[in-house]
Amino acid sequence: MDILEELSASLEAGDTAAVTRLTTEAVAQGLAPEIITGHGLVAGMNVVGQKFKAHEIFLPDVLLAARAMHAAMEILKPHLVGKQLPTAGKVVIGTVQGDLHDIGKNLVSIMLRGAGFEVIDLGKDVAPERFVDEAEKTGADAIGMSALLTTTMPMMKEVVALAKKRGLYGKTRILVGGAPLTAEYAEEIGADAYCFDGTSAVDRMREFAGG
Amino acid sequence: MPDLLERIKGGETLVADGAMGTMLFARGLKPGDCPESVNLKQPQLLEEIAAAYVRAGSDIISTNTFGASPLKLDCYGLANKTDEINAAAVRAARKAAGTSVYVAASVGPCGRLIQPYGDIPPGQVAASFERQLKALVAEGIDAVFIETMTDLTEAALAIDAARAVAPSLPVSATMTFDHTPKGFFTIMGVSVQQAAGGLARAGADIIGSNCGNGIDNMVHLAEQFAAHTDLPMIIQSNAGLPEIRDGLPIYSESPAYMAERVDDLLRAGVSIVGGCCGTTPDHIASIRKRVDSGRYR
Repeated sequence: MDILEELSASLEAGDTAAVTRLTTEAVAQGLAPEIITGHGLVAGMNVVGQKFKAHEIFLPDVLLAARAMHAAMEILKPHLVGKQLPTAGKVVIGTVQGDLHDIGKNLVSIMLRGAGFEVIDLGKDVAPERFVDEAEKTGADAIGMSALLTTTMPMMKEVVALAKKRGLYGKTRILVGGAPLTAEYAEEIGADAYCFDGTSAVDRMREFAGG
Repeated sequence: MPDLLERIKGGETLVADGAMGTMLFARGLKPGDCPESVNLKQPQLLEEIAAAYVRAGSDIISTNTFGASPLKLDCYGLANKTDEINAAAVRAARKAAGTSVYVAASVGPCGRLIQPYGDIPPGQVAASFERQLKALVAEGIDAVFIETMTDLTEAALAIDAARAVAPSLPVSATMTFDHTPKGFFTIMGVSVQQAAGGLARAGADIIGSNCGNGIDNMVHLAEQFAAHTDLPMIIQSNAGLPEIRDGLPIYSESPAYMAERVDDLLRAGVSIVGGCCGTTPDHIASIRKRVDSGRYR
């Protein structure tokens, strides 16, 4: 097994110590950081995403893999200065106003970052203006919104309305997800995609960003 | 009042109450408001809801303290009000419950992921549960209902805290499962078998499931729990999963529909039947009637 395969496998296993060691080794061997990221880390994260989707592994496994990925990125950061990492696309993400639940949203962020997307995470209790302002400012490909409560879900509709008003609608795609959400509701409010989980968010983002 | 645990061990079926959160939202709680802030601002609302459940035939009333651990209250900047919020909820429930209905203290997840999966050390979570339980016990409760857990580590920390603070009170612990193509698992990957074993080992007296499913899945969950435990079981089902119509959540299972399946829960050996999201006093009244009919036998 070459070092990148080994790195990918260690990431899948959520083994931070091994991922840290292998990333350091790969850098020492002179491998380009974007190769280490793409062929080692992102490759591993993709497998994690697929297995999670197939219910072969669960949230804790994904979180451990994400932690390992984060550790590797910290090592790679100094080597990435001045280099533009190839990004799969850019997404502004957050939990809607009035909703303080962010475990699901954080997971989607992790999966998107793992798949090579640039994620601008606005946190929880995010006002409609902030979603739209930030998307406008950063030229994001998409806005991703999460809600756990049936009572906060209608805030998504307001973000869609604001995106229409500002002329972003149709250009900046709108992805929605969260426990009470359904594809029908997403369609009803004019969102571009309903994402059942983090991996479907990745799939839909790939379509939208053409990556 | 005889001990709750003795009654169910003696073969009696008890009826718990239904939803609190969805009832509060129906009474004007705004999205983004802390559901437990009502305890200080409008305790009469809690009393009113509890009284409706008592009239419907509940043997057990849960306090509005699901999110009243200091860690969770901290999301709303209310951690410094932990004692008052918990005490007020017990007082309101007790007013409606009197001396013939049990007051069970609801304890929900802390809302954070415990290390190594998240950022919070287990000791901090344990301390948070202990502080909440001390406030609840000081006001006088009859049981502890640990609810909607998805992580066995967190459930065990809550059970430990209850045991430490109130060694003589019955402790119920329930987890919330998703129905996946591979069976029932919590979001943290806990199977029914692991839940039954883990909750028992942690020292719970009563185990089972609440929230996350309608009554049909709850019957399957009860049957699966029964295969892996000898402990008394509790099931608190949602009135179905919420469907959104005209921007508002609708829980579609009627009182009659849920009551119809109560027989199957009792046949599986469930000792306490109650409701979760979307259930109302009407649902509880129908469940009560069905339990009293003794038809399942």
